[in-house]
Amino acid sequence: MAKSKSAIARMQAYRSHTSLLIAATLSLGLLYSSAHAETPKDVLIEVAEHGPNSLDAMAPAANEFSQMASWQLYDRLITHGTKTLPDGKVMYDATKIEPELAKSWEIQDGGKTLIFHLREDATFHDGSPVTAEDVKWSFDRAVSVGGFPTVQMAAGSLTDPKQFSVIDPHTFKITLAVADKLTLPDLAVPVPYVVNKKLALQHATADDPWALKWTSLNDAGGGPFKIGSWKSGDRIVFDRFDNWKSGAMPALKRVVLREIASPGTRRALLEKGDVDVSVGLPPKDYAELAAAGKVNVIGTLMQNEQFNVDLNVTMKPFDDKRVRQAIAYALPYDSIMKQALYERGEPLFGADPATPFAPKWPVASKYNTDLDKAKALLKDAGYANGFKSDLYIDMSQTTVQEPMALLIQEQLKKIGITIEIHKVPGSEWFAKMGSKSMPMDINYFYGWLDYPEYFYFWTYDGKNNSVFNTANYSNPELDKLIEQARFESDPAAYDAIITRMNTIAMDEVPRVPVAHLYSDIAMQKNVKGYVYWFHTHLDLKSISKE
Amino acid sequence: MKIALSFAKRIATAIPSIIGVVVVTFLLARALPGDAAAYYAGSSATPESIAQIRKALGLDKPLWFQFGDYTSRLLHGDLGISLSSGQPVFQDLVTRLPASIELTLCALMFAMLIGLPLGIAAATRPGKAIDHLCRIIVSVGAAFPTFFVALGLVYFFYFRLGIAPEPLGRLNDTYFSIPPTITGLYLVDTLLAGDIQAFWASLSQLVLPSISLGLFALAPIARIARASMLASLSSDFCRTARAMGLSRTRIVYGYGLRNAMLPVINILGMVFSFLLGANVLVEQVFAWPGIGAYAVNAVITSDYAAVQGFVLMMAILYILLNLMVDLAAAAIDPRVRYDG
Repeated sequence: MAKSKSAIARMQAYRSHTSLLIAATLSLGLLYSSAHAETPKDVLIEVAEHGPNSLDAMAPAANEFSQMASWQLYDRLITHGTKTLPDGKVMYDATKIEPELAKSWEIQDGGKTLIFHLREDATFHDGSPVTAEDVKWSFDRAVSVGGFPTVQMAAGSLTDPKQFSVIDPHTFKITLAVADKLTLPDLAVPVPYVVNKKLALQHATADDPWALKWTSLNDAGGGPFKIGSWKSGDRIVFDRFDNWKSGAMPALKRVVLREIASPGTRRALLEKGDVDVSVGLPPKDYAELAAAGKVNVIGTLMQNEQFNVDLNVTMKPFDDKRVRQAIAYALPYDSIMKQALYERGEPLFGADPATPFAPKWPVASKYNTDLDKAKALLKDAGYANGFKSDLYIDMSQTTVQEPMALLIQEQLKKIGITIEIHKVPGSEWFAKMGSKSMPMDINYFYGWLDYPEYFYFWTYDGKNNSVFNTANYSNPELDKLIEQARFESDPAAYDAIITRMNTIAMDEVPRVPVAHLYSDIAMQKNVKGYVYWFHTHLDLKSISKE
Repeated sequence: MKIALSFAKRIATAIPSIIGVVVVTFLLARALPGDAAAYYAGSSATPESIAQIRKALGLDKPLWFQFGDYTSRLLHGDLGISLSSGQPVFQDLVTRLPASIELTLCALMFAMLIGLPLGIAAATRPGKAIDHLCRIIVSVGAAFPTFFVALGLVYFFYFRLGIAPEPLGRLNDTYFSIPPTITGLYLVDTLLAGDIQAFWASLSQLVLPSISLGLFALAPIARIARASMLASLSSDFCRTARAMGLSRTRIVYGYGLRNAMLPVINILGMVFSFLLGANVLVEQVFAWPGIGAYAVNAVITSDYAAVQGFVLMMAILYILLNLMVDLAAAAIDPRVRYDG
């Protein structure tokens, strides 16, 4: 009896102990949450899946978010104005070029000489004045470091340090061999930004003459925001630069960008009001958040963008145009839009077959789901019994691409085509694209500069054959048209070239267009001033909170 | 003296395994699919820009040269630069490890506080209700994926009920100041800095992730506690103690528990090192700036230096942990001290 009594006493002790612990932990949470519901008015908290791995986008391994950081930390010579779309969304205006570090500029010599007059009162974050020397050094650097920045500079015909010269401390000159309409817009992208030469050179070494190692970890800019603190992989804090002269003073004093891997957590934080802005959510979440209406979801059609299925024209059976067209007639477009993209984009299929293609990009194809036509085309090509092939998707994009791949697999089975789906890890994806070894893949591309031929140059051009020409497409006629379009100054002739290019691309379908995607962002209702930019990142200086 | 010698021997045996780890991690990192250069060339890449980056990363050199380079740097304490974070790997690991250790320790504490009493209670009353309860909790804890539990907890306690703090990592620095780093454990550092508010805030941040992670560790702890307690209570010395009329408490705690602790300590060591590496998903859900998320990201992006640094650090941690477990075992059980 004594035994069981002690056992009961012990049991009760355990029980009370455990319940005490649970009660304690829960009440603890109770005490220290809900103490704060809203973030301060001049502080913005943004959550994203990833953050920058470098503060300088010119560093060799800089990721996409480094461009976001560079955009806030550095000034460019010029920037763009904004325009309001009919639906009330605001986006940057590619046709409006406005002063930033340069207060004015002259274009001489039929566009072959560009002279920029810099602001005299602009300083870097360390207080030293911005001079034409800094501009020249920064431009020399961008065309010399290699990799992405150099390629991007070349897109505006900027390739050689000899093209850049200092006239006086506040006058900077660019000379071109041939006038190029892409030069000026290319100066507004987050590559030719102005770096503090003196500060950077203090940290340059023989191995690293452009001080990229130092600038990738430190702030050498003069932009509207400076670095408050940065813990890579966790958070980055931007503080307003109160002496900024190159534009209207930003409303926000501080911006905290937190990296949160789980999209579910990012959405919960936004819905609870603990963060102000969430980027990079799956389309399903954006669709649901937009429908619920508690937060603002702004989806702006991305500029110069196409979401598509690539068919490798150098691999059997896709070397036959009829097979490619058969696939274009077979894709389950409507279910992809609904079940994979949740309508976060506009369809790029089913255009009126009688109307010629408009001289713009992207354009909708004239294909629509029509299995009979697909079967007839396959039979014509000698594949009446179908064939086997492989479809590749990017593992970092599985939320959209996996359901889409499954829909395609199911649909193509109906016309005898058996598809095996392969998921490629992010690290391998670019290598796979570069090796042109995927018979079918799901892909997208968008251009920073808003010209159809710029898109074509990266994706359809056989001579350039960049990593984005995943279909390995090469057509001498199209290559010639792309080059012509770039330097064509007569608008009517230009439009005719673009329409011809679109006709070729849609007839040959190495890339089967599916959708024109939105660049989505979700924010609290009191966050104002969002502007869509070609780089798709948030421009912090225009944001304010009510 | 003898003890010191046996520890020295143990450390000496660890050296070949560390060398092995260095070689294997180097080769494994190179065997990862994907081309790091192509990945970092990123958008707008051209074959030339990829080649330039490959050269900048030293990936164009022969493998043996890369290995020689790697080991000589390693000897100087240089683990290289992580490509995905842009920081030195050593610094990344040093700043992230305390976050994971703090979380893992709290999770382990939670698992022990629930698991040990549960296991002991189940062993003292086998076949009774508490035993079945133990079995149910153990099965459920082991069966539910941590990711699911973590998201579920966030949904209920943060999103629905609003009693848990926002899952924004270790401390919301909008409202609290981050303590100066002394140990790297916020619970300790905030107290050392005398910031009681921040201490409570960081403790409340720890509750949900610790429970999600701890539930996972509950199962092995409760199971081993129960099994070894059963074995210990049915052994000869306990039977003798009972026959001699010693009190129940004395038998259970004085003799039974002390003898049952040895396997429990061993399993704690294992569970700790396992949790340290396995808390990736919990870290992702709670935006915890730990090493688990770091390692996974490194593998996905073919970040050689980071993968190697992580594996090396884990190997050394395992060795240290084993040493500590041995020490603890020797303190608890004198028989261990005289083993070979």
